Amino acid sequence: MTTDKTNSGGIEGSVARRLPDFFRWITALGAVSAVFVLGWIFWEVFEEAKPALEEYGLGFLTGAHWQPNRDRYGVLPFLVGTVATAVIALLLAFPPGLAIAIFLSEDFLPRTAREFVRFVVELLAAIPSVVYGLWGIFVVVPLIQSLGTWVTERFGHLPFLSGPAYGNSLLTAGVVLALMVLPTITAISRASLVAVPRTLREGAYALGATRWEAILGVILPTAAPGVVAATILALGRAMGETMAVAMLIGNSSRLSWSLFAPSGTLASLLANQFGEAEGMQVAALMYAALVLVALTLAVNFAGEAVLRYTERRTAGIR
Amino acid sequence: MDNPLTRAEDFFKEDGIDSSKLIGRSLGNRLLTGLCIALSFAALVPLASILYLVVKNGLPLLGWSIFTQLPPAAGMTGGGFGNAVIGTLLMVGIGLALSGPPGILAAIYICEYEPGGRLASITRFTAKLLTGIPSIICGVFAFAAIVLATGKFSSLAGGVALGVLMLPTILLTSEQALLGVQRAYREASYGLGATRFQTIRRIVLPEAMPAIMTGVMLAVARAAGETAPLVFTALFSQFWMSSLMEPTASLAVLIYNFSIVPFEYQVKMAWTASLVLVLLVTATNVTAQLVFSKKH
Repeated sequence: MTTDKTNSGGIEGSVARRLPDFFRWITALGAVSAVFVLGWIFWEVFEEAKPALEEYGLGFLTGAHWQPNRDRYGVLPFLVGTVATAVIALLLAFPPGLAIAIFLSEDFLPRTAREFVRFVVELLAAIPSVVYGLWGIFVVVPLIQSLGTWVTERFGHLPFLSGPAYGNSLLTAGVVLALMVLPTITAISRASLVAVPRTLREGAYALGATRWEAILGVILPTAAPGVVAATILALGRAMGETMAVAMLIGNSSRLSWSLFAPSGTLASLLANQFGEAEGMQVAALMYAALVLVALTLAVNFAGEAVLRYTERRTAGIR
Repeated sequence: MDNPLTRAEDFFKEDGIDSSKLIGRSLGNRLLTGLCIALSFAALVPLASILYLVVKNGLPLLGWSIFTQLPPAAGMTGGGFGNAVIGTLLMVGIGLALSGPPGILAAIYICEYEPGGRLASITRFTAKLLTGIPSIICGVFAFAAIVLATGKFSSLAGGVALGVLMLPTILLTSEQALLGVQRAYREASYGLGATRFQTIRRIVLPEAMPAIMTGVMLAVARAAGETAPLVFTALFSQFWMSSLMEPTASLAVLIYNFSIVPFEYQVKMAWTASLVLVLLVTATNVTAQLVFSKKH
């Protein structure tokens, strides 16, 4: 601020002298508008959800039936579907995601091979959600259908594997989601692995550790909070992912525990029903959107907090 | 390879200390390395499958006419998705026009005016929160704010949804771009008697511009592929658009709509649209990286 006043010279005149302050206000306006947008989103969704909030209260979260024709709304099946698909996706994506992160942060293979794998992972992140959905319809759905038939015939007595098996199911959505969150896990894990101080790594080698003893005994434990943060942030992404899930999960609003049964998530519910919703259904969907926002924000918040903790922890060692 | 590990192993071997254990350790080491590399390349399989199918199923219909004609009615064949290409470009354009200026300006405020200030930290926090919000919520917001308010599904609503989606990306990447400008440049500028505004306009912005453009293009690429914010804001249309206030087609929604119908030709068209969309997104991404790497 002070520098603005010390010099604007006679050359550029009085308008130019005022301009700097003016520009400062414009940039501040930009900053305020970003904050305003977030507030506006919350206000708008909350305002539209109000009728449903007043009508159903917290029972909305535990209600197991979503029946627009009878104005009966409970979001539990979708809550279960959201958490279940996200957890399946993480279980499937975590091992390869972490393996790739380790692979990219160590020197197993020459740089070109690593760059190639990195490019591939970035490409995975760049493919649009609908394209995953389209691919899933033609590749993953038939695969899960035949796998499901085989499994449910043999292990159908277990509640999680009971039949009949459908191609569009919880598991199908989970499998495709796994591909979609893999880049998130890899990128953040890799960053925290690379940030492990050299001295720790070299110390382990100096004590006679093999490469994997160093990785498992020293490097991974040091980077662990970062890997945890990566997993949490990936969970947040998986819960909010919409189109691929809406195309693959079968969009049933019946509560079911089987991996091979059609299900639904909060996001797929919104995608399917908003276009044709009227009256109380709009309010109920807005309420569901509010639940989804709360869920993802809580998860992301936790992820960011862990990430910041990691940065602080490793900042001390050099 | 001159590796401290192998040297240590050799040392122990020569002394004959517990060599059986050493073999086990070395074997475990190789096994885990192999597993790690195998898992890394396993990620290639689905990606290769996606790319192969998109190209194989998408190529047959790809031709000039697909960009100049309208989508066929249900069960019919022929036609193209010219209106969807235009709709995608238009809505991404609206989103960019709405989110670009405030995003970049906010980044300038955060980095150049009040880096440690209260508004700056609130803005930064807000942007982080916004990146965590699922893209469909941007659609829900635009539905509430525009569709319900005007009573119409429209490309304006779609553009607003994409704008909200792009804002945090543009803001945060611009911030990184500005942070990348060396402190010495600013100090030299002040030392020569420039005002803060002159420093920002003549030194900092030109220096950070390639990186800012990269961020903007990454945001554009992401928005172009997004379906969730458009599916109930812009909806879809079989026709050329004539105003901002009517349902508008987009490539992403076309893929969604046509992939779940029982007509073979429409499904083929969904694949072709996927090919076009993947090419569009990848080209934007690659251009963004090139613009960035040219400078650094």
